[in-house]
Amino acid sequence: MTTRSPVLELRGITKTFGTFTAVHGIDLTIAEGEFFTIVGPSGSGKTTMLRMLAGLESPSAGDILLRGQRVNDLPANKRPTCMVFQSLALFPHRTVGQNIEFPLKIRDVPAAERKARALQLMAQLRLPESYYGKNVTKCSGGERQRVALARALAYNPDILFFDEPLSAIDYKLRKTLEKELKDIHRETGKTFVYITHSLEEAMVMSDRIGVMRLGHMVQVGTPNEIYTAPNSKFVSEFIGDVNIMPVRLNGGRLVSDELGAEFLPPAVPTGFSNGHLVVRPESLRVLDRRDEAENVLTGTLYNEYALGSRIQYQVRVGERVFIAERLRQQALTGRLDTEVLVGWNARDSILVSD
Amino acid sequence: MADLGRQRARQGPLNALPVAIFLLIGFAAPLLGVIIFSFMPERTFSLWQAPGLGNYATIFTGTSYLSLLWSLGLAAVTVCLLAVICYPIAYGLARVFGRWSTLLTLLFTIPLFVSENVRLYGWILFFIKNGVMLGTLKSLFGIEMESWLFTEGMIVLGMVYVYLPFMLFPMTLGVSMVPQETRDAAFDLGASKWQVFREVDLPLAMPGIMIGFLLSFVLAVGALVEAKVLGGQRVIPIVHDIELAFTYAQNWPLGSAMAVLLMVVVATFVLLVLRRFDLDTILGRR
Repeated sequence: MTTRSPVLELRGITKTFGTFTAVHGIDLTIAEGEFFTIVGPSGSGKTTMLRMLAGLESPSAGDILLRGQRVNDLPANKRPTCMVFQSLALFPHRTVGQNIEFPLKIRDVPAAERKARALQLMAQLRLPESYYGKNVTKCSGGERQRVALARALAYNPDILFFDEPLSAIDYKLRKTLEKELKDIHRETGKTFVYITHSLEEAMVMSDRIGVMRLGHMVQVGTPNEIYTAPNSKFVSEFIGDVNIMPVRLNGGRLVSDELGAEFLPPAVPTGFSNGHLVVRPESLRVLDRRDEAENVLTGTLYNEYALGSRIQYQVRVGERVFIAERLRQQALTGRLDTEVLVGWNARDSILVSD
Repeated sequence: MADLGRQRARQGPLNALPVAIFLLIGFAAPLLGVIIFSFMPERTFSLWQAPGLGNYATIFTGTSYLSLLWSLGLAAVTVCLLAVICYPIAYGLARVFGRWSTLLTLLFTIPLFVSENVRLYGWILFFIKNGVMLGTLKSLFGIEMESWLFTEGMIVLGMVYVYLPFMLFPMTLGVSMVPQETRDAAFDLGASKWQVFREVDLPLAMPGIMIGFLLSFVLAVGALVEAKVLGGQRVIPIVHDIELAFTYAQNWPLGSAMAVLLMVVVATFVLLVLRRFDLDTILGRR
């Protein structure tokens, strides 16, 4: 990726509601044409953040710069940005065509031109032309997503904001729409800022991801960086199944007091003494022999889950539950409740503080 | 299963019978009586005379048609004023006042527990010469004014006051049905505050607004005491004429004819409005 000029800059953005601080002094720069996703659990302040960027809330402190211009006090209807809402917020008393044409009608674009643009957007988003006169409440969930996106694109914004628009969609359709959205991002070349509580969704689509927690931006990076080098226990846990154990550094070795074991560490961050060791399920393997991995634990095979190409095993070591994986071809059969070896190589693990 | 279905089909009308009989005797029969009476000759108390249109002719040759026009006019003015007054209050109750809304709703409701006559006489005390308003102005500021009582404006004030809850509450319901995100979306798509109101708020709140319109209009057309008490009989509404015909004048057929005419006019209006704004479609039920 070539370096691109910044389109949106946040400087110390803070939002307080009464005594509650929803967003704590966030600094962030989003580049032209970037697909940036803000991820966080509910209550992390991500929606408040997006509403400030869209101009629907004004920050309590800090500045929002759009192409270098301070836009703090510019209301949403004057900003060259547009939001796709969680509820989609389509106009239920209007047809698909009228919904898409709404921003054009507001700008007094002639009717024929409006219709041509609406049909063009419908074609781009794979909505049948016959839907033009269809009542929007009669459309399916996926179709309504497309109408909402078409309406936002009709506004021709510099930046599109998305407030978890896919959260109410079933898994299969969501996967399709995620890919479509990424295609639309490429085709339009516009800057997309997306928020979601699903890091998996963020991974699929984003150029960069910002992880939010309790109003703070705890880590910003590419999907690969977030996945392979999380900077805290919170971020590492956010991706789903991970094996995490508390460890302390002792003479170049990691000691787990709980398991009574010592491990070979990955690259140790400077100043590290106490923290957690993270091993992703795909790095934790069920072993046939003790010398197949640098770090080995002995546990009991408790359960197994087929994931398609891989099989996950739940292995209990003492009180702790580990999730390990194997390829389907190497499936262990008839080994439930027997002793197994699990292991990983030091470079496949990650050390995080707290 | 089929047996059960048949049994159910038979039981339906059977279960509806008591209510049907009650409605027939208590609602349809008197209504039919009134309709038949309206075609009977003047001042008769029998339903078995040769029918004619004489009573309807009397309405238009006498002054009763003016009463009908006054009633419709006053109701129309009242409803329009109510719409303008109630929308901001409804908006406030639904969106702005938050937990104070309950208290305010209560304050708007409590007067309904007091007889309408008593409340209207309260207004008399307020507006009468040397009353609350004029007396205060006179003794404190030395300003002397003519009383506003017994004018058309006073009748409208009384009607607006009495029928306010019937416009306000359906309207509040309508306004609260508009999702905030939809308003935000329109604003975000470039619409001005006024355009958001026109394109989103108004059409989406329309079911509630329409119900408020119809409810208060139908009630206001039947208003009587406001004209009697606050208007000092300066204006005679149609309901007053009907009352006189049935009581003092002992002319039931004429009273019936006026009642039927009022009913037809109001029903036509309501049906026209309902056709223009199909509530079911607006509410997304069809």
